[in-house]
Amino acid sequence: MSDSRRNFLIKSFGASGAAWMTANWPTQVAAAEKAQSLGNFTYFTREQAADVDAMAAQIYPSDSTPGAKEAQVIYFIDLALVTFAQDKQDIYAKGLADLSAKTGGKRFGSLSSSDQIALLTSIETTPFFKTVRDHTIMGMFAAPQHGGNYKKVGWTQIGYDDSLNFRAPFGAYDKA
Amino acid sequence: MKKYNPSEEVDFVVIGSGAAGGVMAKQLAVAGFSVVVMEQGNWGAYGHEQDYTKDELSNRFPTEQDQLISDPKLHRNTFRRNASEKAVAGGHSYGCVVGGGTVTYGASSWRHLPWEFDEASRFGTMKGTGIADWPVSYEEIEPYYTQAEWEIGISGPNLKTPLIAPMSKPYPCQPLPLKSSGALVMKAAQKLNLTVTPNVAAIITEPMNGRSACINCGACSGYGCQVKARSSSAVALLPFAVATGNCEIRVNSYVREITVNAAGRATGVTYFDKANGNREVFQKAKCVVLSANGTETPRLLLMSKSNRFQQGLANSSGIVGKYLMTGNGGGASGLFDDPLNEYKGCVTGAAVLSYVPNDVKGRGWYGGGRMTARGQMSPMQYGLAGPHGAPSWGAGYKKALIEQANRRLTMVNFISQLPVETNMVDLDPEMKDAWGLPALRITTQSHENDFKAMQFFIDKSVEILKAAGAHTVWADQVNDSKGGAHARGTCRIGNDPKTSVANKYHRAHDVPNLFIVDGSSLVTGGRNHPTMTISALAYRCADHLVKAAKTGNVTI
Repeated sequence: MSDSRRNFLIKSFGASGAAWMTANWPTQVAAAEKAQSLGNFTYFTREQAADVDAMAAQIYPSDSTPGAKEAQVIYFIDLALVTFAQDKQDIYAKGLADLSAKTGGKRFGSLSSSDQIALLTSIETTPFFKTVRDHTIMGMFAAPQHGGNYKKVGWTQIGYDDSLNFRAPFGAYDKA
Repeated sequence: MKKYNPSEEVDFVVIGSGAAGGVMAKQLAVAGFSVVVMEQGNWGAYGHEQDYTKDELSNRFPTEQDQLISDPKLHRNTFRRNASEKAVAGGHSYGCVVGGGTVTYGASSWRHLPWEFDEASRFGTMKGTGIADWPVSYEEIEPYYTQAEWEIGISGPNLKTPLIAPMSKPYPCQPLPLKSSGALVMKAAQKLNLTVTPNVAAIITEPMNGRSACINCGACSGYGCQVKARSSSAVALLPFAVATGNCEIRVNSYVREITVNAAGRATGVTYFDKANGNREVFQKAKCVVLSANGTETPRLLLMSKSNRFQQGLANSSGIVGKYLMTGNGGGASGLFDDPLNEYKGCVTGAAVLSYVPNDVKGRGWYGGGRMTARGQMSPMQYGLAGPHGAPSWGAGYKKALIEQANRRLTMVNFISQLPVETNMVDLDPEMKDAWGLPALRITTQSHENDFKAMQFFIDKSVEILKAAGAHTVWADQVNDSKGGAHARGTCRIGNDPKTSVANKYHRAHDVPNLFIVDGSSLVTGGRNHPTMTISALAYRCADHLVKAAKTGNVTI
């Protein structure tokens, strides 16, 4: 990771009042980026990552346009859980254990798509699902340096231009 | 920057560095007085504003050092609707950085209209409310509005209509672009015979004092401005105060008490030095200016109890903290066929002025409001809130999210709220903040009249969106306010010490060397766009103070 990138993340990822900003945090951010380039994870085990990745793929599916998989949302969440969302680790740990109990030990990702949707629908009011839902969406639409929105696929889909400045007219209705 | 030793008696301590504190610090320092500004927040990017981030995630989860808004987890506060309820943890917050709320605010800068200064005489009072005349008239305050607009930097249209307060000088800058939301509302206005104008904003559209014109970046309300186009106290006022060599801005300084001597005069402030283990420091001063905002100002007075002032400082009237107006809203949203791209440009678009005046006979309720057109949602915010009328996840969510992207227009309205004595800020009897001080408690329930007002503006919003050609329209539910950045009225100014906290020059009736000027000074609430009036009041207060001090009429 470049120094500027690291400094950016150092500056960026302060959860208000959260305790994550401990002695080893720059190492964690650096490790997370390295892990992503190798296809490894910082917080999740491979199995956990596969489960969350499959959940994210149902929450924001891939169809004719890219979804959570293509946006690499799983890496956003993995990094989030050691940085600004460190306080959500317990929700994931418990939620993934509950998920495994509901599938009788089968990997969530190995279920058929319709079974996955049915299972997620049955837990959609739980804090775990709501957290994964929000993190998936944040991973789609937060800036790519946070691990998701790979190559700005999320922004492209919703027509968001991340230029630093604009000139009017801005939209279809204010053209002279 | 000049540094003072706390044991050194300075001429003025100014508590707060926002809309009012920034004006007071600048005017007093320029006049040659020694000034220490107490700011409980941090510097933000003061002096290196280019470092403000446009990154949505970082802005939402800032480091402690980069925080611009108070954190209700630390600045704990409680909320209840009325005195018979037990207050529960609340989410009230406000600007908490050098420059206060002006660093991140939406920057609407409307003057109050002349008839908003003497509503009791002009329209009469109403049962259950504390509608009262201000001790100043529009004519008296007009020169200070002009001074504020030209010194701070305001952009806006120059229209002559009874819907806008008469001005002795036009705005210094041309208005911001109308945006697609404004163009659509203009279209509706033609059908419905409404008056619509570009917004009046503390955002410059031409370079001024080394500050850039607005570049329409879109990371606006809620973000620090990277190019100093937003006319915050931090870029438009405080640097001039510091440049005099008379003014120190002391950050991380959380004032817990204004101290008094046996004669009942303020002697200085005691504060927690947050950056040094919250050690207590006493700053000696000849005169104290309190500009901590409409909620923190009354709280600090109530916390400053002494033998002489047993119900709080400057509170012989018993009304410190009362007549709180938090600010009511409500509106509607619509979807259009083509992209508006409202994420570009300043968040607040055009304003509908037609319902600003009272029309009690026509509408059946007292008051009015200013409607604003906007649609901005940053990408994460849009995704998290989700598309209208769609599932919250899955294929249906994604499809609707893409279809509706950039096609939404929302009418956000700023509506009058009547002053009611039982709506108040006081000290929570149980909860403490992170520094062990009594938490701020908000008790508020709008007068029944105001619910009719909110419903009216929701209905008008629907009508406007339909006339503008929205294919889908949905209305907000009427929702009474709970707190937030527009808090006003809690230390009202007036001529009678029994019914007001400070006089027409903002001097506390009970404490001759304590001046209280900020949102708490407002007697009635206007149309919930308070900042420009706060600025003008501060200019007027400072003018009086400087003149009086120089002729020895203020015993500082």
